Formats: sequence, structure tokens, C-alpha cells
Amino acid sequence: MKLRDAISWIKDESDPKLRGWEEFYRNRWQHDKIVRSTHGVNCTGGCTWQIHVKDGIVTWEMQGLDYPMLEHGLPPYEPRGCQRGISYSWYLYSPLRVKYPYLRGALLDLWKGARAQHDDPVEAWKSLVENPEARARWQRARGKGGFRRVEWDTVLELIAAAEVHTIKTHGPDRIAGFSPIPAMSMISYASGARMLQLMGGISLSFYDWYCDLPPASPETWGEQTDVQESADWYNAKLLAVMGSNLNMTRTPDCHFAAEARHNGSKMWVFAPDFNQVAKYADEWVAINAGQDGAWWMAVNHVLLTEFHHKKQIPYFIEYTQKYTDAPYLVELTKSGKGYRAGQLLRANRLAGYQAVENGDWQFLMWDRNTLRPKMPKGSVGYRWANRETGKWNLLLEDGLDDSTIDPQLTFLDAGDGVASVEFDDFGEARNVFREVPIKRVQLADGSVVTVATVYDLLMAQYGVARGLGGDYPAGYDEENQAYTPAWAEKYTGMNRDVILRFAREWGVTAEKTNGRCTVIIGAGINHWYHGNLMYRAAIHALMFCGCIGVNGGGLAHYVGQEKLAPGESWSAIAFAKDWYAASRLQNAPSWHYVNTDQWRYEREFTDYHTVPIHSNGLAHGHTIDHQIRAVRNGWLPFYPQFNKSSLEIPREAQAAGAQSGEEIAQYAVQQLKNRGLKFSVEDPDAPENWPRVWFVWRGNALLASAKGHEYFLRHYLGTHNNAIATDDIAGGSAKEVKWWEQAPQGKMDLVVDLNFRMDTSALYSDVVLPAATWYEKADLNSTDMHSFIHPLSAAVPPAWQSKSDWQIFRELAKKFSELAEKHFPEPVKDLVATPLAHDSAAEITQPAIRDWMAGEIEAVPGKTMPALKVVTRDYKNLYNQYISFGPLARQSGLGQHGTHYEIQDEYDTALKSLPAVEWEGERYPSLRDDAEACNIILRFATVTNGELAWRSYKNMEKKVGLPLAHLAEKNRGLRVDYKALQARPQRLLNSPMWSGLTEDGRPYSPFTYNVESLVPWRTLTGRQHYYLDHPLYIAFGEHLPTYKPKPLPAQYADLRFSKEVGPTKMLNYLTPHGKWHIHSTYGDNHRMTTLSRGVEPFWINDKDAAEIDIVDNDWVEVHNDHGVVVTRAAVSARIPRGVCIQYHSPERTYSVPTSPLRGHKRAGGHNSLTRIRLKPNLMAGGYGQFTFHFNYWGPVGPNRDTHVLVRKLPELRW
Amino acid sequence: MNVRSQVSMVFHLDKCIGCHTCSIACKNIWTDRKGTEYMWWNNVETKPGTGYPTCWEDQNKYNGGWEKNGSGRIQLRSQNKGNALLKIFHNPSQPTMDDYYEPWTYDYQHLFNAPEGADQPTARPISMVTGEYINIEAGPNWDDDLGGSPVYAANDPNLEGLTPEQRMQLQATERLVFFYFPRICNHCLNPSCVAACPSGALYKRGEDGIVLIDQKRCRGWRACVAACPYKKTFYNWNTGKSEKCILCYPRLETGQAPACFHSCVGRIRYLGVVLYDADRLEEVAKLPNEELINGQRSLILDPNDPEVIAEARKNGVHDSVIESSQKSPTYKFVKTWKIALPPHIEFRTLPMLFYVPPMSPVMASKENGTLKHSSGNLFHDIDESRVPMKFLANLFGAGQEEKVRYALRKQKAVRWYRRALTVGDVDMETAHQMLSQADSSVEEAEAIYQLTSLCTFEDRFVIPPMHREQAIQMMEDPMEHKQSTGFGFVSAPQRGA
Repeated sequence: MKLRDAISWIKDESDPKLRGWEEFYRNRWQHDKIVRSTHGVNCTGGCTWQIHVKDGIVTWEMQGLDYPMLEHGLPPYEPRGCQRGISYSWYLYSPLRVKYPYLRGALLDLWKGARAQHDDPVEAWKSLVENPEARARWQRARGKGGFRRVEWDTVLELIAAAEVHTIKTHGPDRIAGFSPIPAMSMISYASGARMLQLMGGISLSFYDWYCDLPPASPETWGEQTDVQESADWYNAKLLAVMGSNLNMTRTPDCHFAAEARHNGSKMWVFAPDFNQVAKYADEWVAINAGQDGAWWMAVNHVLLTEFHHKKQIPYFIEYTQKYTDAPYLVELTKSGKGYRAGQLLRANRLAGYQAVENGDWQFLMWDRNTLRPKMPKGSVGYRWANRETGKWNLLLEDGLDDSTIDPQLTFLDAGDGVASVEFDDFGEARNVFREVPIKRVQLADGSVVTVATVYDLLMAQYGVARGLGGDYPAGYDEENQAYTPAWAEKYTGMNRDVILRFAREWGVTAEKTNGRCTVIIGAGINHWYHGNLMYRAAIHALMFCGCIGVNGGGLAHYVGQEKLAPGESWSAIAFAKDWYAASRLQNAPSWHYVNTDQWRYEREFTDYHTVPIHSNGLAHGHTIDHQIRAVRNGWLPFYPQFNKSSLEIPREAQAAGAQSGEEIAQYAVQQLKNRGLKFSVEDPDAPENWPRVWFVWRGNALLASAKGHEYFLRHYLGTHNNAIATDDIAGGSAKEVKWWEQAPQGKMDLVVDLNFRMDTSALYSDVVLPAATWYEKADLNSTDMHSFIHPLSAAVPPAWQSKSDWQIFRELAKKFSELAEKHFPEPVKDLVATPLAHDSAAEITQPAIRDWMAGEIEAVPGKTMPALKVVTRDYKNLYNQYISFGPLARQSGLGQHGTHYEIQDEYDTALKSLPAVEWEGERYPSLRDDAEACNIILRFATVTNGELAWRSYKNMEKKVGLPLAHLAEKNRGLRVDYKALQARPQRLLNSPMWSGLTEDGRPYSPFTYNVESLVPWRTLTGRQHYYLDHPLYIAFGEHLPTYKPKPLPAQYADLRFSKEVGPTKMLNYLTPHGKWHIHSTYGDNHRMTTLSRGVEPFWINDKDAAEIDIVDNDWVEVHNDHGVVVTRAAVSARIPRGVCIQYHSPERTYSVPTSPLRGHKRAGGHNSLTRIRLKPNLMAGGYGQFTFHFNYWGPVGPNRDTHVLVRKLPELRW
Repeated sequence: MNVRSQVSMVFHLDKCIGCHTCSIACKNIWTDRKGTEYMWWNNVETKPGTGYPTCWEDQNKYNGGWEKNGSGRIQLRSQNKGNALLKIFHNPSQPTMDDYYEPWTYDYQHLFNAPEGADQPTARPISMVTGEYINIEAGPNWDDDLGGSPVYAANDPNLEGLTPEQRMQLQATERLVFFYFPRICNHCLNPSCVAACPSGALYKRGEDGIVLIDQKRCRGWRACVAACPYKKTFYNWNTGKSEKCILCYPRLETGQAPACFHSCVGRIRYLGVVLYDADRLEEVAKLPNEELINGQRSLILDPNDPEVIAEARKNGVHDSVIESSQKSPTYKFVKTWKIALPPHIEFRTLPMLFYVPPMSPVMASKENGTLKHSSGNLFHDIDESRVPMKFLANLFGAGQEEKVRYALRKQKAVRWYRRALTVGDVDMETAHQMLSQADSSVEEAEAIYQLTSLCTFEDRFVIPPMHREQAIQMMEDPMEHKQSTGFGFVSAPQRGA
């Protein structure tokens, strides 16, 4: 019907005839199909997407909305997906898409010439790499254009030839691969890793290299990272957000925080700049950059004073006794005027416990009932016990006689008096003496030691006087004693009242809610050199108030999509553990620090790292020397292993009469002892120790993640670079490393990049292979932000000549196997050195630091030095192995994080019910195609196969001695396969591999399993650790929570060679995660460049800008010794003075002009201004939670303490 | 009474994270074509800031919307009967490319094709208008996150009436603030764009009030561009026709939320139908500024009132739509709770998109070199917040602080109440007091909390059934339509045709 017009001038239209044109927009909305996929991009989003396809073309994407609801009273997850994800479809048909294989022209010409001369491709490659002129020819051309399109066959042959040659000449551990964050597309990660591990190559870590790994997590919990899914933020009644910009980096989950506020949660945001998440805050703490540690130290001072001492909140006290190491006894050692805190007192030093199994790894509490020390269950000694099994649990019972323990937290008024203990005050560069209540304990040898509880030491360290004498603060207003609110003012810039009020709100909230306080924390904290200390201080506030292991409480650390949920089956496939028992897994921070020669650009680490005034030699020297010791002692891996091929050593050993693997290993030990064989890390600049071939896929290894990017260009690639620092700075201060007057440039023979877009890494590689996009392949994706597992699916087939990563490495394996027919007709023995491993009995190998090379202890592989294993590689069957789920998995079973379960029956069923491959008379479940690999992973993982979860709990019951299998009882019949994931998001099942529980829609919160089922943390005592008693930590003064000052620019040596030219400002250079990209992905696409400023700008305070005559959108030149960035300024008072921000991570491939300061060479990216520095105490090994695991432990790659000079760009030239 | 149904919208700014996912969802589907590059039917602005196109709120510059003339009637600012025809050929109030931006891309192929040289190739920016290299000086979101900018934040038209001290505060690191302001077409009840069109190409759909530009009838005069005070109609230089947000009617008609609503990960958006009295439009549009908000609210009718229902039925509003209006989330925010407010109602177009104003962090000050917060309360009072009340009032209250204060106070009271309930460090008596001071109750607080925090997709988007079968029936047998739709050749609209 026709409506009468409302107002004469407004036309209302109901007549359908006049509205026939409306089909115009309806036609656009039509599409042919919708396919579920997601984005493999290390954003932690893990969002489910609907990919719309029309005419066989992907037209756009919309978020999937069909997440199952979690428990009642929580907001739903829908929709998830951000501005970046929704722009992805642009890439598929864009001019930035890599459609074909490309080879660097200079190399192609040389290769054609060599192939004309050599029938054998391996000979052809040899003729090129062994010709220095030829090799330098293509190295020099790296990054400078001249790509040529080539056929797949040509390029696969070249790569395979390089692999075979490298293995023959140098050994397989000169071939490395870097691909980050498997969880984001785990099959694609597994592809290259599997090929490399079958070959004996190196997989480089990523989580620590990105500085995403929070070392405080292994330090405290023996856990890489385990965090709550975002829905659990909603349960928090106090949210403290620090160094984590939820809007930017947790975009799809940010609403939980916003919504929690409307449910009465209080939100505090700590950030030096008024950032996006500050908009939500009730209180924005405009804290001075990098001073968060000082804040939390003062908060802990208040919490201990008011909630533990003046009032003793029962919940807090009970929690502290039961779940933390606070009651444990620490030996005090004499030192000058008083005592210093030493190691935890070992049980076997007491008469009653002398004979206990693993007695060096059993610890003591003081029992209030019997008034004697007792040895609680749950220690690492019980974890790896052979006789005394079933005692690895958190019952407060003595391991010897099962008697109960009532732990004495403090000896205040209950001990043998007090002792004056020396504490480090790093902020003021002095020591203070504070009285600590003590107890004297008689040892088996008749001597008496002085002990204190960890709790009493904490009280003293945090400055809670409790009526004791010494250098304690008299009250909150005392500015000169750490760690009062008044003291913290100096560092944080925040008034003591704000600190005090925060601490009280924190304590009261936790008291009223039994621990529902959450810290959401991220890269903004973790990327500081002393990030581990800042984290620890915040963790302590959580632990003091019982906030860990409860829903709504805990440390929500989100930096990187590190949670690969179906870990057991995935890791078997990715690291070829289904075929070989040893893998070469390398911590990337050490590898790049050593191999890019960045160690040569600094002197002793004490130049910038404050250590105790009276520290022993352990806390001095050059980082490279610490690195070498760490490798020698088996603390950290290093590949290449030795200055000799790992295939050559077994041959030599056999020639010398060795037969078994053990004898070959013994031969190598002898050679190492008599220096006939050396670790490569001792002489990284010698050509025989260089890495040679490098594969990069799913990542931007040469820029976005290349801290010290210009040194990568200089020392790896041998091409032009913008660093002005000279490579001789370490001369004289590095002692153990072999010093070469000149550092080599261009170590890498061949760099291969798989990519769907021409990013900086692709641009600088020799070979660029066209990779399928995330809408063109089958894969799996999981994250810690939610508890679902998502598929990637092929909405359309891989476009043009692209292939999935799984297909590319499979084809490469095939080519390699073909060449191996001639070059490796027989299986070869490979001696694999691996470090002491976390979650294995190697955790209890090194109670003290002893150097076998100095003769302090016997050289025993796997105990005092790296483990040495011989594996027999079958190179001509490498392709067959790649496509087959191998027999070793069936034989050995699967597990991760110290879990284990058998799979023989499942494996045999899979042989019948899933596709299989057959070769040399044997049948194997097939891994030939991407989707097949997905199904194998899902079938054999505990989070997607309820029966296997049940088994894994059953096995864990034996270790723990308590019932656990009920946690999987309900789900025993559940199986999830790839098609189920495509149909609807599927929630992860309870699994002992993870510490959170998800039944009945309960949001995942870490360590609820530990708290509720009394399963220990994987630490020395089995409890959460306040106290870190490793000798290195004691030497570095980090055994207790502490505050260490930020390295000062002069000491940190970013500006030794750089000069101010014209009006210039020195600023602290921060590179947080940005709004328009996920790392470097998306940043170069049309949507993101349009919504930003067409470049990644340089954010600067308005007053700072005015002082050097810069106005908004001016071009600026930002430089230091390492390199230069040219971009445009974004000027705002939201940035505080003295710091600047360039969001991580721009590309050099678009919109980057040249730099006048560098002779008008192309300017770089954000990592042109960084250089890596490692923290030596993070290298400890063979000691409880301080034991290496890939991406779990080791020094991280911080970059936040960097300083730069900025000026207005005098001349714009492209 | 002349009862009609109108799809209306609420954006909850307290929840907006400024991510722009909405903008891209829209762009991917609707404005990714030649001629539409610069169009952002949905955009998100940082406030304080100048927005897109730059300073669009400044009607002294753009002359959009309506004004009251001497005789108390309202007239378009951009034209009057006398000069309308003249302005067809030259309308000085049109935004220029400088006010929008020059769309650009990059010479990406250079990365593949550059011959080997002495330095690294880079893809330079290229204008999508001229194809030449370009120096990028503006974009559709140029002042993103630039609170505290002396160029952008400092020139926000809503700063009018702020004291010099308040303006200074917005430029001081420790006192500044910003928030986000997503915008689409308001699908106004009194749309100036419709009134301005000399070709009669713009209309409001009778059944849902969506404002559309007929792509056949449009002649590209661009009077709508000048007349819309929100600058939400755009000229397509390729087709020679203007285009604007269509509220994704092809999606709405099939029961799906508009793309920008669907994709909102902040979960800030709500959509529902309301019934209003079209007979009183003119009367309300003429009210004095300070009465406009109440006036507009009074247009929106109680969907449970039998008289309203009867009148609606008389007007052909389907029973299912009436039912839908009874569940409308926007009705609750706007009419029941009064916490959602129209943007710049003083432009008198009677926008049907409403905003819940955002809370903001407590104010800080520097004392003896350290920063102190101006309140010691668990939740600070709304007047101790960083966003000046006057600023919000200029945006959402036609200059009246009371309207904004009411909306904020109620939100705050809900928080106090939920705190008392879930933690207990605030006693319930205090919480009740807060609620009553905010003109609220426990029941209302629960309802606000539920719809703000726990809302599902179905709670947020109550999409009225569109009864397409009835519309189609007016042209052809729906059975025939079922059998034949999609067959046929599609041709794009042509310039001038």
C-alpha cells in the first residue's frame, strides 16, 4: 500500500515497481559458496572465518558466528576477527602475490652455466659455492632486484643439490629452517621442519627469539606459558593491564575486558603512552617506560605488609603454604658482615633423609607440629624417581613416612633468633643489611647450618620490617629504602597514593573473591632486557593473594600464538620423531647472536647489566663466553655442533673401532676432551662452522623478526647494509671464543623463502617459492585466546603456480631423495648432540656448576655435557618417510610436557580406516596430503581424542599417586576429525598436557589442574617458585625478586658511532605491536595502508617534535649505529616525552625512501635500529625448571632498551 | 497518529575498540569498485579529531542539514528554493578531494620486475586518480588515535564552548584522552539528502526507513552530498551517480545483520525496529535545540500500546514487525533507559542511529613531579573523567550536558551495583543509592547489564522480517520468482542514464 508522505519534502517509497533497481546491490551480495578457514598469522586470534566465493574467486570474508557458548554468565565469543583478518582476501589476486617460483637472476645465470658443464646437479652446485667469485656474485645481488621467473623443476633441483652438497661436505646440521609459531598453521610449520629433521637439519626456535617467551614463566612454574582463554578475563574482578594493548593485539577478545567492567570489574591500565586500551581504564597509570618492575615491587611491599603481616588473610596464608615454595628452607651462607641467601637446603644433608632417592633434589620445610624439618612430596626428585613412584604430588606429607606437614612460614618468634642478611639494592647500587628470623639445623655430618624460610627472605627483600633490625624502611613514606611506595615514585613517576590505593584494591578484591585478580601482560613488558624481573614482581602479587590456578585470576601473558593444542601428535610429525629419536632444535636467540656476529659489537655485558657488587666470576665476562659454556655443559643446544661433519665423526669412530652408538659417542667425548674436536660455537667465524642453507617459511626472518637486521644482511647475506658499527668491539673482552680480526660477510650459500607475498625476506632471498594462501589449503590452528581448534580450508585451489607448504616440502623431499639415490645409496650414521631436556630426568643432572673441560667433573654425555645419540638416516627414502606416519610413534607412544600414552591400537586402526601408503613392503598411515596430516594429528592428540586423554591421565596417576582419569571419563568416546572442524568450532578436551580444565563450558584457566588435582608444577619443589636458587641466579642477584635499573643508552652502545647532524633528539625507541598489521603481514595491503598513513609512522611527542622543528607528517630520519629508518612523523601528546614509537613491523618493500646519512641508500625497517643482547643467567641448565626445551627456556631476544637519534629528513629521494 | 516502522541502531561507544573491522567489512562488499575507492560508508573516527571528510561537523564550512529560518520553519542550509537549481551546476559546499583524500596504491610489481641494481627496490605510492607517483598527505582515517594532536585533536569542531583550560588539558600527556566514534548513514527520519535531490532519486523505504539513492534515477547532481550534514553520501566518479550506505538491505532482507554490524568485534552495535509517529515529524524537527532530544524520543512509540499497534496495523505494518519492535534492543537503550543519544541532533535530520556515550579514565594531575589521580574512589564520579562533559554534550546532547550526564551516571551506577553483587567490597545499600541517584532500579540495572555485557548475536540484532514475498507479489507471482530469479543478464548502471 502507498503510505502518505510524512513531510512534504521526504519521499517515502513503497512501490516495488519503482524499486526494481534495488536488485543492483542484491546482485552484489550473491555468492556461490562459503568455506570455513582462518588466518595463519601469529596474531593469537585464531578466529573462524567464512570465506565467500563467487565465480571461483574469493570475493570477501566474514566472521563465523557459530562458536558454542561457554558456561552460563559469560559473554559469547562471537564474532571474532579483526580489521586485519578481514582484509586478507585482498592479497589473493593482488599485484603483491607471488604467483610463480622466482630465482635471483645472477644465480640463475651461473646455475645454467654450471648445469651445462655438470650433468650432476650436486656437482654443479659444488662448482658454484666453492668458487668464491661466483658465490659473492649472487650474494652481492641479494635484495637488489633482478628476480626471474623459473620452472618448479629447475628450482627444486637447485635447492636439492644444495642440500646434498652441504650434507656431504659439511654435514646436515648446516642446513637450517626458520618458521615461527606452529599453532597458527601447524601443518605448514610441520612441512619444512619434518623435511629438515628427517635430513638432520636444524629447526630454529621462535618464541624466545621473538621475546614472546616470558622467562618468568619457566622460572616460576616450569611452564613455557600457560594462560587463560580470554573469556576468563570476564571472571576477573580486578584487571591490571600492562604492556598489552588489548585493542591492538587482542582485538577479537578485547570485548571481554570491556564487558567485565560493566559487571563491576575494576580496570587499571599501565602504559607510558595514552594507548588505545587506556580509553577503557578506570585508572590509566602513566608509568615511566620500563619501570613496571618498580611499581610491582612496591605493590608487593604493601601486600605483604598489610595482608600477610598486619592482617593475615587465611586464604592467602593457606594458599602460600600449600602451593608455593615460601615455606622451604634456604641455607644462609656467611658473607663479610653477615649472611647471604644461598641454595635451598637439600634433604639428603640431614641424617634422617640421607638415603632418600634423588636426595640432592629433595627439599625441606619446617613442620610446626613436630618442630623438625620435613621433606614434602612433589619435588623434582620424586618426579624422576625410579623406586619411590607415586609421590609426585602436592599433598603436604613427608615423602619418607607419609606423615602430614604443617609448614612453618616464618620463624618470626618461632626460630633461633635473627641473622643479618645482605641484600642487593640495584637501584641505588649498594647493599643493605636486614635482619631475618632464622633456624639452626643440624646436618648429618654434625655441622649446623643457618636457614631461613623463603617467606622470611621475601619479607626482608621486600622491606617489610616486622620489628626486625637493619636497613628496613620505617614506613611507606621512606624514599631511600627499597621497595616502599615512596621509593617507587622515583622510578615510576606515579604518586605513592596511587600505588598504595592499587595495592589495597588488589588485596581486598582477592580477599573477597578468593583470588580473582588478573594481570594481562605482554610484549610491552617482556621486551625489556630485564623483562623477567618485571614479570616476576607482578607474578608475586598474584601468588601472595592466591590468584594463580583459579578462574578469574592469574597472569594472562599474551605475546605470540604459542599454544599448539594437539601437541603430542603434532610434535611427533613436525620433528620426525615418528622416524628418529633425536631432533636438532636450536634456540634462535643464541644462534643469531653468534652467527650474525652481533656478539662482536659489544663488550662485557656488565657494561649494561647491573650485577651484585660482590658478585663472583659467574656474573662477569662477555656473553659469548657464557654462551660457549652453556653449550659445553649441555645447557643450550648449538648447531652446527662441531667443527667437523656429524656424519664424518661416526665414520672416524668406526674406523677407530667403535661399533655401537654409545662407543661412537664415547669416541666423540674423547675427541672433545683432547680438543681434536671442537664445538662450532667456540669458533663461529671459521668457514667450517658457518650455517650454509637457510629455509624461511611462514615468517619474515630477515626483517620483521631479525633483531639486528642490518647484521643479518652483512654477515649472513653478504649484501649492502646500513650499519656503521665496526665488528671489532668485542676484541679483548671475549676470552673463550676464537677471535678473527675480520668477521666473515655472507655466510649463507643459499636462502630459500616460501611466501604468498613479496615481503622483505622474499626480496632478499635467492629463491622465492609461491606458497598457497590461507584460503587455499588445509591446515589446523589453535591459540591460547580461546579453547577451540579451527581448520584452514581451501575455498579455492592454490592460485597460479602456488602450492601449499606441505606440498612444496614434499616435492623438495622427492627431489632430494632422487639425488640421494646416487650420493647416499646407503644409510648413513649421524651423531646428534642435544642439550639436557626439560620434562626428562636430565632435569636432575647438575646440582652444581662444574666444567668438565676444566676437569672439575667427568664428561658424561647427557649429564655433564650434551647428550650424544647416533641415528641412521635413510636419505634415499626421505620422501617416503615424509609421507608416512612412522613406526617409532607406534612403538614409543606419544606425549608432551612429561605426559605419555600408548597408541599401538589406534595406529593399527588408523591403518585400516584412514588412507595409507605402502613402500618397501610396509604400510603406514598416510601423510601425503595436507588434510591427511590434519586427520593424523587430530586422531592421535589428547585434546581431540578422548580415549587418549584418558590414557594419558591414567599414566600420570602412576607418577602422582592420586586419581586423575576422572577428568577425561566423560569424553572417552569423543573423536574430532577435520570435517568436524569445518562444520563447527570444536572445543578442546581436558588433557594432562595442559594445566587448565574445560569441562562443561568452564573457561580455561591455567594451573586449575594443579590447584584442584594436586598435580605439582614442573619445578624443583613442585610448587610455584618465589625463590630461584640456581647458582647463576644467586650470582646475578636474581634469586630473590628484585629491581634492576634499565640499561642506560651510553652503556648499551647503540650510539657509539652515530653523530648528531642538525637539530636532533635522542629517544628511547619502542616497537610495540601495531594496529594495521600483524607483525609485517597485512601492513602492506591496500586496506591497511589506506586506513593508516601509507607508511608505518614514527610517533613522537608534540613538544619533542617542536624542539627539532618537526610537524605532523614530516619525513624524519631515525638512526643509530645499527641502521637507519626514514618515515613520516605522527605527532601527538599521547606519546610521553623521551620515547618514540614505531609499531612493529614495517616492510622495506613499500614507501621507504633513501637515507641521506647513509649515502642515499634505501632506508631500513624497525629492526634496522635494533641489536640483540642476551641475558646470561637465562642460559642455566640441567637444574629443575632451568633445563632447556625448545621455545621454553634460554635467553630471549629483548629489543626495547634501544635508543635512537631522530632529525627532520633534509632531502626526500627515492 | 501515523505509525511507521523504522530500523534503528545503537552504537555503544564505551565498548568501541576503534578497530575498523566494520569499515573493511563494508568496503570489501560495497565500495571496492572503480569510482568508489574513496568512499567509506562506514568509518571510525578518533575523538577529539577532525574526522572524515575533514571537519565534517563544521556546518559553517559545509552547510549541511537543516536550519530554522526566521518564520520558525526549517530549511536546508545548502540550498533554498531560489538557488537550488543554480547550485546544481556549482555547489560551493561540496567537499573537495582535499577534504576527502586522493586514493593511492603502490607500484608493487616493481618488486618483481626491477632489474638488478645498486640498491634495494621499493614500491612507491601511486595515485589511483592520476596514476602518477604521489606524496601521501591525507587519508580516510588520517587522525586515527591522534588524541593529543596539535593539528587534529585541537581542531575538533566539538571543542566549541570548552574553556581554554579544558582545551589545554586535551593537549597534555597526563590529562588527555580519546575515544572512538564509528559512523554510518543515520537513516534519518528527516533526511536532508532526500529533501535536497533535484532528481527525486533519494527516498526512504516505506517498510523500514532505509534511505537509498536510486542508481537508475540519480543524475549525479550531488545535492545530497552537500545537504547531508554527516557527509555520508558520496559521488561515484565512474558511474556518475551518488551512492551511500544501504544498511545492507540485501542482508537485512534475508535476516542477516548488516556487514558492519555482523563484523563488530567490540560487540558495540545493536539493531532493531522502532515504531514512530510520522505525523509529528515536522513539529519535532522545528523544536528549539534543547528540546530536540526529548522531542525525538517522543516520536518513538510504545510498541506494546494497543492504540499504537492498531494504528501500525492500519498503516500496513505487519504483525511480525510489530512483534519485532517489542523485542527491539534499540528501543530499550533509547526510549526506556535513555542512555543512547543521537549525534548532532541540532542538524535536525532526526538521525536514527544513537550512541551510548563512553566512560573514560579518571583525571590525573602532576604534583611535586609525580602523577596523582583526582579521585580515590573505586569507580570515580563521571565528572572526574577525562572527557570534558561539554565535549560529549556538543556531540550527543545538542550542547546540553545533562543528557550526557544522565546516560553516563546510569552506566556508572550499574557498575557499582554489579560490584556490590559480585565482590561485596561495596555494600549493597550504597549501590542502591547510586542507582536511585541515576534514576534507575535493580531491575533496570540487571537489564542494562545483560544487554551490555552478555548479549548474544540474537540479542543485539533483532531484525524485523522483511516479507519479501509481499513486495515481490506486487510485481510477479512469488512462485514464478522462485523459479526464475537469477536468470537473466545483469547490466551495471550507466552514467546519466
